[in-house]
Amino acid sequence: MSDYLVQFNNISKFFGKVIALKDVTMKLKKGEIMCLLGDNGAGKSTLIKTLAGVHRPDEGEIIVEGKKTIFDSPKDALDMGIATVYQDLALVSLMSVTRNFFMGREPMKGPPFFKTFDIDKANKIAAERMGQIGIDVRDPSQAVGTMSGGERQCLAISRAIYFGAKVLVLDEPTSALGVHQASVVLKYIVKAASQGLAVILITHNVHHAYPVGNSFTVLNRGKSLGTYEKKDISREKLLSMMAGGEELNKLEVELREMNRSSAN
Amino acid sequence: MSTKSKSIETKTDFNQDERLKKVSKLRLLLNRPELGALGGAILVFMFFGIVAGDTGMFSAYGILNFLDVSANLGIIAIAAAMLMIGGEFDLSIGSMIGFAGICIAIPAIYWGWPLWMSIIFAFSMAVLIGYFNGILVVRTGLPSFIVTLAMLFILRGATLAITRLITGRTQVPGLRVLIEDDPLAWIFATDTFKWVFTWLGSMNLIALRTDGTPLATGIPPSVIWFIVLAIITTWILMKTRYGNWIFASGGDKNGANNVGVPVGRVKISLFIGTAVAATIFATIQVLDAGSADTMRGTLKELEAIAAAVVGGCLLTGGYGSAIGAAFGALIFGTVSMGIFYTDVDTDWFKVFLGAMMLIAVIFNNYIRRKVTESK
Repeated sequence: MSDYLVQFNNISKFFGKVIALKDVTMKLKKGEIMCLLGDNGAGKSTLIKTLAGVHRPDEGEIIVEGKKTIFDSPKDALDMGIATVYQDLALVSLMSVTRNFFMGREPMKGPPFFKTFDIDKANKIAAERMGQIGIDVRDPSQAVGTMSGGERQCLAISRAIYFGAKVLVLDEPTSALGVHQASVVLKYIVKAASQGLAVILITHNVHHAYPVGNSFTVLNRGKSLGTYEKKDISREKLLSMMAGGEELNKLEVELREMNRSSAN
Repeated sequence: MSTKSKSIETKTDFNQDERLKKVSKLRLLLNRPELGALGGAILVFMFFGIVAGDTGMFSAYGILNFLDVSANLGIIAIAAAMLMIGGEFDLSIGSMIGFAGICIAIPAIYWGWPLWMSIIFAFSMAVLIGYFNGILVVRTGLPSFIVTLAMLFILRGATLAITRLITGRTQVPGLRVLIEDDPLAWIFATDTFKWVFTWLGSMNLIALRTDGTPLATGIPPSVIWFIVLAIITTWILMKTRYGNWIFASGGDKNGANNVGVPVGRVKISLFIGTAVAATIFATIQVLDAGSADTMRGTLKELEAIAAAVVGGCLLTGGYGSAIGAAFGALIFGTVSMGIFYTDVDTDWFKVFLGAMMLIAVIFNNYIRRKVTESK
């Protein structure tokens, strides 16, 4: 029995001749936040879908709580406690907070064949859960469309936790958010991890990842450039490891030269 | 699990100002999709109350008359609304009405089937056609607008061709004699609460014929069907898991799929719903008239969609109500009948229908922006 909650060992995924992922390894303990960093096209999406059970890896193994497993479908992954919160959050903006929270998993009451959706119970739970993360839903029947981006993200995460997630896979949870909202979401992610969840945070924003992550895996062109503990790597090093880092440095130099030439 | 995450309990501060803004009770009421249609219905009744209050429109007979017209439209409008909330259209409702009519009449008159068997046959065909519409839309991912437009032509053409092939004409009369003693037909052909009207007549409270029987004999079956359907569908939407799935499927197909809502099955069932509603409509009308006509139900699909839209359904799905569609149908039915009691030429009815729909769409669009806009 290893002390890892979940391990992805040497995962590879090919699409025809294209090598989308090659030998990516990630191991997470309870309460740990691993940040998966990579620029566009680094293979993040493919990796997420492999973690979520949408794709089956062509090579490598997935070990959940010491047992080797294969995900045949997203439902398999979910049943094992690996919940993925996609960028679109799977929220319907026209529907109420409660109806979104329990979408597809509605609490029921009443005798068989006459079971009804227990709205009162659902409202209570939704309001309670949102209250715990500091979002005061005055009225859980208000449409999700009236919530801010950060609140929506928190709702989606809170829903995953309520329905028994052990490992949270978060796809760019802060990319569409302003600085303040992003910090609220990040704070909530840290809170969730401190309660014993393992979190895989996928992002291209080192500034969001660095403060909250325990370890960092950098993905570039489908390959892992390695996993680093926080104490072993600086923010600047991480930034330059991502393809974008060098490019930005180059850009800086170019801009400086442009300024100089225009000053002359 | 629940105890574990219950302690995730620090209050993180969101912008205080965005929470202090209180939503007024009025705004909350405005968020109900059926509000516009309810207001419209009240306005329409006020209008006719003033303009035609002293005519026969609000006599027992007059009321039943416009209720009957509203109810017929309402039956299909409610089903159309459910489907629209689920994110799809059905343009084949009108053709389905004609098709269902001959599915009842031809077996009953030409093949000697008992009437109840023909009615069951018509409903089975409706389920099949609805299923076919649904599976086509779900599997191909084509817009339901196009798929059911094709079905509109196919069904209408087939109705005409089959009827002429078998009977040599476009109408099938002679059903009235079969209704009596039939174990099933009464559900679609009986006026109810007759005793109320007899009693009212005996008290001289409502108009009588020369032979002393009341002019209005009972509540027509369409009205009962309409009310029962409105109650059941509203209950489904508000109170059941399936109702939540309908909203989810129409609101965001992918999102709903990702959290485990069987979007395909939900949509197929709603297509079956519109076809079955069209068949209820057809059965009531065919038994009432005693004959089936191949052109029955022409353009009814558009009226049903118009009523659903006036009732607050968004054309993009995910929002609306069954009770709103019922009010929408009530508005159209009342105006189409009420216009006879005024000095206005009945030709103007379609103008009203169009204008009403336009106002409703603009209003709905505004409401949707209000509901979904981010702060």
